[in-house]
Amino acid sequence: MNEKNAAVTWEGIEAKEFDYRVCPATGLLVDTKAEKLVIANAVAAVICLTLGGIFALLISLTRWQTIHLLDATWYYRLTTAHGVDMLVAWIVFFEIAALYFGSTALLNARMVSPKTAWLAFVLMVIGGGLANFAILTGKADVMFTAYVPLKASPIFYVGVILFAVGALIGVGLFFVNVFVAKAEGRYTGSLPLVVYGLVAAAIIAVYTLLSGALAFVPALFWSLGLLKQYDPAFYRNLFWSFGHPAQQINLCAMVVVWYMLSHITTGGKTPNEKLSRFAFILYVLFINLGSAHHLLVDPGPSFPWKVFNTSYAMYLAVLASMIHAYSIPAGVEIAQRKKGFTKGLFGWLKNAPWKEPGFASLAVSIVIFGWIGGVTGVTIGTEQINMLAHNTLRVPGHFHATVVGGTTLAFMGLTYYLIPLVFRKELRMKKLATLQVYSFGAGMTLVSIGMIIAGLQGVSRRHFDITFANAAIQGGIPQGVHIGLALLGIGAIIAILAGTLFVTIVLVSILNPKKVSPTSVTLVIPQESVNVPETKKEPSAKGTFVLVLIFLMFFATYYLSNWWLLGRTWFIR
Amino acid sequence: MWKPENNWWKPLDPIEKRWVTIAFIWCLFLTAMMPIWLVMGKQNVPAKTYKILPADYMKVVDKFVEQYTVGTDETTGIPIVEPPPGGNAFILARQFRWYPILKLKEGETYKIHISSIDVQHGFSLQPTNLNLQVLPGYGYVAEIVPTQKGDFTIVCNEFCGLAHHLMVGKIIVE
Repeated sequence: MNEKNAAVTWEGIEAKEFDYRVCPATGLLVDTKAEKLVIANAVAAVICLTLGGIFALLISLTRWQTIHLLDATWYYRLTTAHGVDMLVAWIVFFEIAALYFGSTALLNARMVSPKTAWLAFVLMVIGGGLANFAILTGKADVMFTAYVPLKASPIFYVGVILFAVGALIGVGLFFVNVFVAKAEGRYTGSLPLVVYGLVAAAIIAVYTLLSGALAFVPALFWSLGLLKQYDPAFYRNLFWSFGHPAQQINLCAMVVVWYMLSHITTGGKTPNEKLSRFAFILYVLFINLGSAHHLLVDPGPSFPWKVFNTSYAMYLAVLASMIHAYSIPAGVEIAQRKKGFTKGLFGWLKNAPWKEPGFASLAVSIVIFGWIGGVTGVTIGTEQINMLAHNTLRVPGHFHATVVGGTTLAFMGLTYYLIPLVFRKELRMKKLATLQVYSFGAGMTLVSIGMIIAGLQGVSRRHFDITFANAAIQGGIPQGVHIGLALLGIGAIIAILAGTLFVTIVLVSILNPKKVSPTSVTLVIPQESVNVPETKKEPSAKGTFVLVLIFLMFFATYYLSNWWLLGRTWFIR
Repeated sequence: MWKPENNWWKPLDPIEKRWVTIAFIWCLFLTAMMPIWLVMGKQNVPAKTYKILPADYMKVVDKFVEQYTVGTDETTGIPIVEPPPGGNAFILARQFRWYPILKLKEGETYKIHISSIDVQHGFSLQPTNLNLQVLPGYGYVAEIVPTQKGDFTIVCNEFCGLAHHLMVGKIIVE
């Protein structure tokens, strides 16, 4: 489909300055240079996911006390590597791929500087490689957080800095692409909501990655001996301005993917563009305040500082998530009702395309992210309640629901549709793909709930042996802890099997030599048609309204019971 | 496929309006709970903190241990120290132990200072489940009232090195 410098017009836009092909499924112009970059970043992402997944299996089987697989050193080492490869490398590589895709294909635009993009990619690969090398050779047994004054080899800091700089260049290119697309008139009117959301993610990425550089550059000098003192409280503040918002880039990108998946699989559109865009603006303005979640029980910051920041001003970023939590299912509901699925409150939901991997991942991702990740996150991010949860397994319990059950699952679901769109290959084993989504969701639910159960009983995160078998002072642990840790181990095995299935399906599909022809791409199995009632009235999303109210009741119950728990412990002030 | 309608600036429909209002009220409630608990609740994050050099903190702790020691833990040799009710008590964190062991009385108030002399540690009192971050160079003054009798362990829950999991301390409440 390559046509060089051909003067073809598409919806009145001339596309002759760059090599492109026309996407057979969507009719969009695809810059072939941008496409290669999307592929490179996506492949790097999946490689990191695979590595991180192997580490995940080994460390979770160590936490499962009955198996206790690794020795202490390797447990800590692989926990460090798991954090770096998953929380940073996999997610950021995938986001860069999404940013390039969004700023070129979705706008009928070109990659303005492919060379710079390749430079960014190389920096990220070298950076990620150096960090992994330092960790796996025992030069950086410091955890992903690398809290000063626990010192790692300079190689580790150099790796992280190179990765962040590469990512920053990629994000910068995204902005350049969008501006040039507008200047060259490649799209007219407003940005599509999906790209708008990506702009929000990219803005968050800029201040996130800058904070990362600010935290790690002095750490590098300190590690080299050029800087004598590095204040640990200062480092924590800077590090979390990187570590927490880095996951908010995901959040933003994941919400974008939710909108995409709901549109691809059901034709759903947000019922109100204005509201959805407003919610993205709330993210940009307030979500980085969440960095304070990690400093709630630190000595130093005052009560007003902690409360203002941990509440994102007044939970305005939570409000944004609650808006999306309504808008996305409401879009699906309205689209389904228009197709004739009007029976009762939930007929639209019952008749949703549950066998379509994209819809399955959308639904499972929203439930795990919102009901487990969101609710527990807001709860443990409450200033006083944090005393019950800080550094216990409740914290990873929360973020495995958001980053893995939420973001990663949504990204997996989207990948199944990028295979025909970007790789121009047919998705093979589609039924297994659907099974993959459900089993990954089930596994991660067990992982998160297992961690939360253990954490509620005080079990520490990043701890090799909570039975304290070799410690000089012995302390008993509640028996219920073992149930939580076993759930974590079993869930991890299920999730890893499902993750392996994901990688297998992707590989089998893209290594298949046959390219799909322009006419044969069907992204989504068409739903059975029903008699569409003739009405001019726009259907309303009353079923979704009931769902979000049930969600709110669950939220309130969990939140308030944590205050009750706090009230039972020792008095402290 | 992806383009928005030309004019997408339209008012919210009634259900949207209702949901956004409910959600916003919930957000205000979440915000209000923290100051309310600050006034009414008995468990608040200690607000009193100070800067102190590790060497100075060590001196203070040594003096405290010298003054109030009542015994020695048989297995570890760590002194057991009984501070006067209402007075100051000190806990020192270092790789890989908590020092000393405190002996407290149920229902009495103690000003417990916590700081580290090397890397960051996590003060995690179990099975009560109270957790505080411990930084070198910074001291915490936690006014604590033990409300239960028994032996309590202090687990280190911030990774502090490869023997992190061996760092366990103790508080005895009578």
